[in-house]
Amino acid sequence: MFEIILGAISLGLLWAIMTIGVYITYRILDIADLTVEGSIAMGAAIAAFSIFNGMNPFIATCLAFVGGMLAGLVTGILHTKLKIPALLAGILTMIALYSVNLRIMGKANLSLLRIDTVFTPLGNLGINPTNAVILFGLIAVMVIIGLLYWFFGTEIGCAIRATGNNPQMARAQGINTNNMIILGLVISNGLVALSGSLIAQSQSFADIQMGIGSIVIGLASVIIGEVIFGTRNFFNCLISLALGAITYRIIIALVLKLGMPANDLKLFTAITVAIALSLPVFKSYLRPLKKSMNGGGQ
Amino acid sequence: MLVINNIEKKFNAGTVNEKIALSHFSLSLAEGDFATVIGGNGAGKSTCLNCVAGVFGVDQGTILIDGEDVTKLPEHKRSSLIGRVFQDPMMGTAGNMGIEENLALAYRRGKTRSLSWGISNKEREIYKEYLSHLDLGLENRLHAKVGLLSGGQRQALTLLMATLKKPKLLLLDEHTAALDPKTADKVLSLSDRFVHEGNLTTLMVTHNMRHAIEHGNRLIMMHEGRVILDISGQEKQKLTVEDLLKRFGQVSGEEFANDRALLS
Repeated sequence: MFEIILGAISLGLLWAIMTIGVYITYRILDIADLTVEGSIAMGAAIAAFSIFNGMNPFIATCLAFVGGMLAGLVTGILHTKLKIPALLAGILTMIALYSVNLRIMGKANLSLLRIDTVFTPLGNLGINPTNAVILFGLIAVMVIIGLLYWFFGTEIGCAIRATGNNPQMARAQGINTNNMIILGLVISNGLVALSGSLIAQSQSFADIQMGIGSIVIGLASVIIGEVIFGTRNFFNCLISLALGAITYRIIIALVLKLGMPANDLKLFTAITVAIALSLPVFKSYLRPLKKSMNGGGQ
Repeated sequence: MLVINNIEKKFNAGTVNEKIALSHFSLSLAEGDFATVIGGNGAGKSTCLNCVAGVFGVDQGTILIDGEDVTKLPEHKRSSLIGRVFQDPMMGTAGNMGIEENLALAYRRGKTRSLSWGISNKEREIYKEYLSHLDLGLENRLHAKVGLLSGGQRQALTLLMATLKKPKLLLLDEHTAALDPKTADKVLSLSDRFVHEGNLTTLMVTHNMRHAIEHGNRLIMMHEGRVILDISGQEKQKLTVEDLLKRFGQVSGEEFANDRALLS
């Protein structure tokens, strides 16, 4: 049991990076960006192919990050310069990336068994593989949270937040909203691809299908994090996201342990997210009900 | 300060819904002019303001602000010259961001944004000082989310943001129309104060004849996309609502049909 939880935490920490990426588009820019489904697999593909062909895993991971940023750039240009609705722009890039990822890997999946990854140096210190991923993931997540906390406090970061919150006001204050949307998408997809590359390295293989449903997993993690761990301020939000991603993985590990068939996982996740997103509607139904049960009045 | 030269703006050009919002519209404001713009629905008041602000381009004609041709400049670039307050109190501020963050965004209007901190401690003192002049107690709530403020408070804040960096031109687009009469008067007197203290060149669109008469040194009446009356100086000071209605009838050949303007 303890092993299962540790495994869930290690995976959760790597998905936390992806969750933070989703948060940047979904909450800060107010865009549901489906590019992530392609960019997570792209990160995995780039890292796996490069490492497989003898590249230093750290450089390969950086390369994956850059690849994701390029994917975000494409979606950003489709959306802002070519005026394609954000959702559709993301879908277009996502579909295009499916072919691109196949091109990168040359086949549908690539194994990294017995090949050094970013986690190997920690393993060489005598740390077992799961703990190595947890340690590495923890450091990576903390560094990313630190960097983003700083970035969104800068003039440019504030401009991105204003763009997502009220584009009209942002333009009136001299902010080039198109560029800010592109920048947000670039950072977000860079993080998602980084997450994909680390996931591929931790499980020792990259698969063309690994992106499917990832946006839903990301949203589920965002919502779980926000609801359970709070959103008092931006720093608290970022921590909540990481904890949300870990919680999601623990929940999934537990339901699987309780005997739910793995094939039903995506259905389960989709239902969870649907319920979480519709909570405000349910609440507004429940409020009058509660009032009448309390004997009416105020 | 502002020269609008013979601009034309059509919506849905080439379709059955074609609407000429502005036709051969010209207007120039001298530095320090405070012009109120009034007219019926569809007269082109807001279109005129949006064309000046760059929300959309014009089909022909030129717009100059402080001698600079801004006709082709995108909205965010014109913002370095223009301060704006909108009709909808939600529109001028970012509701999810703090009061000080909103002010900091406005403080950087027209400046290239960098990776330095989005707000400094020195600025906070300045903002406190400015906010205290609003008399709304906002100076003690710098961190509060703007979404928590009332419509009047948000409009006052937007006004402060629009004038924080002295603009070459201040555009007020029915900025009190969504407020209750008492709050509207407060925001209007605040506008008056800011305009006079900064000697700001201002264009204020209003639906309210009384407001149009009481404020500013010029009154411009629009009808069907053109200026039909331009009253200033002594003549404007003596103007009454009845005069204005009569003059509108003479010039346009129609009754002034706008309940909102007449009833308030």
